[in-house]
Amino acid sequence: MISVVLAGNPNCGKTTLFNALTGSNQYVGNWAGVTVEKKTGKTKDGKFNIVDLPGIYSLSPYSMEEVVSRDYIIKEKPQAIINIIDGTNIERNLYLSVQLVELGIPMVLVINMMDDVKAQGTKIDTCYLSKLMGIPIVPISARKGDNINEVMRQIEYVVNNNIIPPEINFDVNTQNTLNSIFFVIYNENRNIPYSFYSSKVLEGDERVINELNLSEDELERVNLIAKKYEETSQYGDRETMLADARYRFIEDVTRKCVVKGKSDDKLTTSDKIDLIVTNKFLALPIFLLIMLSIFSLTFGTVGTFFSDLIENFLSNILSPAVESFLNNIDSPQWTSSLLINGVINGVGGVLTFLPQISILFFCLSILEDSGYMARAAFITDRFLRKLGLSGKSFIPMIMGFGCTTPAVMATRTQENINERRMTILLIPFMSCGAKLPIYALFAGVFFAAHQGLIVFSMYIIGFVLAIIAGLVLKKTYFKTNRAPFIMELPAYRLPLVSSVLKNTWDKCKGFLVKAGTIIFAMSIIIWILQSFTPSLSYTSDSSTSLFAYLGGLIAPIFKPLGFGNWKAGVSLLSGLVAKEAVVSTMLVLYSAANEAALSGAIMQVFTPLSAFSFMVFCLLYMPCISAFVTIKKESGSIKWALASAAMQCTIAYVASLLVYQIGSLFV
Amino acid sequence: MKDLTINDLTVGESALVLKINCEGAMKRRLIDMGITPGVKVLLHKIAPLGDPLELKLRGYLLSIRRSEAKNIYIKKESKL
Repeated sequence: MISVVLAGNPNCGKTTLFNALTGSNQYVGNWAGVTVEKKTGKTKDGKFNIVDLPGIYSLSPYSMEEVVSRDYIIKEKPQAIINIIDGTNIERNLYLSVQLVELGIPMVLVINMMDDVKAQGTKIDTCYLSKLMGIPIVPISARKGDNINEVMRQIEYVVNNNIIPPEINFDVNTQNTLNSIFFVIYNENRNIPYSFYSSKVLEGDERVINELNLSEDELERVNLIAKKYEETSQYGDRETMLADARYRFIEDVTRKCVVKGKSDDKLTTSDKIDLIVTNKFLALPIFLLIMLSIFSLTFGTVGTFFSDLIENFLSNILSPAVESFLNNIDSPQWTSSLLINGVINGVGGVLTFLPQISILFFCLSILEDSGYMARAAFITDRFLRKLGLSGKSFIPMIMGFGCTTPAVMATRTQENINERRMTILLIPFMSCGAKLPIYALFAGVFFAAHQGLIVFSMYIIGFVLAIIAGLVLKKTYFKTNRAPFIMELPAYRLPLVSSVLKNTWDKCKGFLVKAGTIIFAMSIIIWILQSFTPSLSYTSDSSTSLFAYLGGLIAPIFKPLGFGNWKAGVSLLSGLVAKEAVVSTMLVLYSAANEAALSGAIMQVFTPLSAFSFMVFCLLYMPCISAFVTIKKESGSIKWALASAAMQCTIAYVASLLVYQIGSLFV
Repeated sequence: MKDLTINDLTVGESALVLKINCEGAMKRRLIDMGITPGVKVLLHKIAPLGDPLELKLRGYLLSIRRSEAKNIYIKKESKL
């Protein structure tokens, strides 16, 4: 099988081409050691194995995606590169191409969006461009599926005939400088793409310089050559000069091969949409309206309808069926308890998130594919920057008010890993929907007159603490995180239904796999805690279980917070499974038939102050297992998930302590 | 005379880039995105809250913050 990599800028239709080439033969994973998504797939005829590189603009050493891409090409030595570029934005897109050429691997240049190019009246002389660059060129429209087969035909041709792209002809000065560098680093034992290494050494790329392990003498000669190069220009630095040389080469070829249809001053459809969507006065209202619609669609009637459907199926159809089946075959009581209370309730409880996750990702995919996501970041960047975040954090944060799990998954759109981690750490402060029943119960019992205000105050407390935590993290751990905000605003495009559905399905699949493995295991552990006594005999009375025992152990910890009873402790523990479980556990522990009975019971145990303290604790303590597992996955290591959990628990404890202790002075 | 940067442009005004006066990842990202000396840049729009900026260059739209824009020295086109 021929191994091929697919490389190109973000927003150039790379994913569409990848899907068109591989169909459903895809495998999604992560690149070793980093949380950059890695997709591989086989073509339908089984001849090619395609690795989809991350969308990148360059091969610099500064971004994880770019380093992953260049390391992969150099170390794994794929047999060919498909470089896809956006025909409507050819100049900037070719900048990556002229760098890929240096890697010395057979390459085919695919010019995408040819339908848009035609619609703009632009003409690209692909034959001449192919001649000038020495690479076969295939014009396609990935959306329409035009000419896709030709791509693989050309790839087969360059691989079979081992056609390595010729070196780019830079200006004489740059060319001579690169040649001089080549003579310094050349060594017959080194089997490397020398064009690439020469230009990286000239740029002063430390990763490459360290890798080559140059001697003192060689380094000195390199520096001398670079210095001489710098002296020839008023801009005076090698990195800029080489980039400039590349762009000058590109300007030269595009001048010869591309005739622009419309002048740059004329408004495109995309410009017209932007006149409204990023308008000074309309931008924020439109943005909020879009957020509100997505939020209400996901967590409102539609999402809840499907969630309820799943829950109904699980608790009214599946559980009774399993139970009667087990009764019929006379299985011991603990098996039915394990299957129903442990597995079906645990995994099933998490499955009820599935409709919300699919709706959310359906909407987010549309925003992403249409080009609006970049605008949303553009509009909101200003106020998020103060917290060390960027415009791209806004949507995940808002989604956090619905459910932490999909919100953390939504941070995928942030390429910068530190920014993503920071967003992930702050999302749990946004009070998730599952905590609402807790607030409703306690506020209803103790603050009936100001119920709405008290519940609202929870959201405000979470929000304010998120800002404080953001500021503290920005000044401490993420101090060095100075990710520049340099973002392309791609032209608006109508999203492809197939690609939106595919993306949604990929996200759901990831979630289902997680529910089937980690959450399944966690549910069983929790069930064991709930169903066995400390002496490890089975019990159906939860007050004698390991859970109650643990609740009793931790109860004293909560005494200074005003709720040092074991039942509150156990409720909080079961809240780790899902926040909804806090109230349902209380129902069981207080043997209350319904919430009215429970209201009476908690009135005996809590005071208004300790109730408020309990609400604050529920608001802030670590998110549920589903969220915890998602945080681990999206942040790249268990370390971050543990840090997040520890931070939330500490803040929750301190906040509740302050509420109760300071409150006690007044009440 | 004070050096002009992209921050000194008004919406709809264009200029030629003279120099990128920053280091490391930020500089590299800017030049990789095509902000090289001599390139023509148009300030296309400013975000509703006054930051970031939207530039038009090399036939596409690029958004950068004012904190990045202050490092890009320019020469206004009208004064050529």
